[in-house]
Amino acid sequence: MKSFFDSIRKYKIASTLGLLVLVAIWSIPTVGLLITAFRSKDSASQSGWWEALINPLGQDWSLAAFTTVLERDGMLQSLISTIVVAVPSTVLPILIAANAAYAFTFIEFKGREWIFGIIVGLMVIPLQAALVPVLRGMVWLKKNLGISIIGDYPGAWIVHATFALPLAIYILRNYMMTLPVALIEAARVDGASYYQIFWRLVMPMSVPALASFAIFQFLWVWNDYLIAFIFVGDERTVMTYRLLRLLGQYGDGWQNVAAGSFLSLIIPLIVFFSLQRYFVRGLTAGAVK
Amino acid sequence: MGALGDIGYGLLAIAIGIAVSLGAYKGLDLLVNLFSEELQKKIRALGFLLPAALLLVVVLLVPLVQTFYLSFTNKTGKEFIGLQNYVDLFTSPEFLGILLNNFLWIAFVPAITVAVGLLVATLGNNVGPRREKIFKSLIFMPMSISFVSAATIWSFIYVYVPPGRPEIGLLNSIVVALGGQPQPWLIIDTARFNSFLLMIIIIWLQAGFAMVLLSAAIKAVPEETIEAARIDGANTVQVFFQVIVPQIRATIMSVFITVLILVMKIFDIVLAMTGGQFNTSVLGFEFYKQFFLNFNTGAASAIVTILTILVAPLMWIQIRSARKQEALR
Repeated sequence: MKSFFDSIRKYKIASTLGLLVLVAIWSIPTVGLLITAFRSKDSASQSGWWEALINPLGQDWSLAAFTTVLERDGMLQSLISTIVVAVPSTVLPILIAANAAYAFTFIEFKGREWIFGIIVGLMVIPLQAALVPVLRGMVWLKKNLGISIIGDYPGAWIVHATFALPLAIYILRNYMMTLPVALIEAARVDGASYYQIFWRLVMPMSVPALASFAIFQFLWVWNDYLIAFIFVGDERTVMTYRLLRLLGQYGDGWQNVAAGSFLSLIIPLIVFFSLQRYFVRGLTAGAVK
Repeated sequence: MGALGDIGYGLLAIAIGIAVSLGAYKGLDLLVNLFSEELQKKIRALGFLLPAALLLVVVLLVPLVQTFYLSFTNKTGKEFIGLQNYVDLFTSPEFLGILLNNFLWIAFVPAITVAVGLLVATLGNNVGPRREKIFKSLIFMPMSISFVSAATIWSFIYVYVPPGRPEIGLLNSIVVALGGQPQPWLIIDTARFNSFLLMIIIIWLQAGFAMVLLSAAIKAVPEETIEAARIDGANTVQVFFQVIVPQIRATIMSVFITVLILVMKIFDIVLAMTGGQFNTSVLGFEFYKQFFLNFNTGAASAIVTILTILVAPLMWIQIRSARKQEALR
């Protein structure tokens, strides 16, 4: 490729300018949000955020919006709820999918390809297609058996974990197929059980794929609105739910909406920028949802 | 329950959840080992598959079939009414408008997303590794933002303030600076203009995803093929369209399909930006509205069944491309 790049070096400046324009367009919306979050109610309603950028000293900067949404609007509580929803919803499907992917990769059984085909197909199914009966089933459990997984975290964990499985199994199996079979056979000959091989060999060797799926799933769950809205409910609202309500009360001032949004996207952004490399590796390995 | 209680509850639940699932696999392993050598061979896989299979069947496959059945029932989902829900939907002008919206989303968003991704990937290839990394990061960044957050972010662009108050929306400020009148953008449904405003948000969110995959594919194009074309006298544009694009066609297709699937299911953006009003509703939102606002189980199930049927052909493409990938190994 190098000589090709040499020959188009003359395009370097033009390309940089082109990209600068695109990046500017892509960043403006987010910059607007960040600035608005730190303005006082009066400034936010008196002038556009770009004027604060032009004249930063003539502005009323304030952290009041953050205090308001954290305390009055319960964003702090939602932050905790979101973490409690997101962490198990990330760990559980990985654990379950890794076991399944292991069976699909290293253990011969009848109908293996056929069942795997169904799982690949399930990746495409809109999750709404299963929601109504699942919800009815959980309500039934609560009414008749007193098991309350609905309106609480476990409902969301189960649903998130299940809907993540097809993609997770697919990605992890693709990765496990690249592991050296000879090594696993050697372990078999040495008398290791399948269970031991899974935990001592396959899991440690699959860490890159596990990590990239984990990032992907964490962002997905963190950003989800629908499942949290349906299965966790009103008492332990997650941030997307709370933010949607804030957006409905924009009459209270856009700075509150901005501060709420800022709080809800700061953790995904940190995860994203610190682990971007693994995330990209996962995507290019076929992580698509 | 206070915040601390929630944290404790969360930690406890995480610990129990993980312990139970680990224990389940250990237990299954012990169980399998109880059987004779011969039988073990046959059921070995079950020890690793059972939890996944159980969840997929109970929480995904069976409900899928149930939804299909519910689509032939009435509002409460208790009485069988045949095709009535479908008849009602397809004779309602509102629902046909929703299908039109879905069609517009499908027609524009995947193609534009791929085009933008391709543009950034190509330009990025020309600017040297350091600049490329920074630029690509910034375009990719929206991928980590939720649809609801994205909606709040873009509300700052599209916001309309009644005349007499200071202008705080970026789009209206630009329009005014150019000598126009401020507009309530999200209400304008002429030619489904407002739906296009919502589409811009998804393109903004997804272009980075397209860029990452396409960029990786472009970098994997063998140099010899490009060199050969240049020796034959092809210019840069010809090299791009006749040498590079054909070699990354599989990636272009897979990005296109992925965005297409996402767009067919689009829901949160419509909910947060317009609440489905002003002719912006789509199938994903209509399902939500029928079930959670109108409490109409039958209609909601019918809508989501229609959506599933529309997505199903893509399932086949997905399985085929997975098979192809397997064959390459």
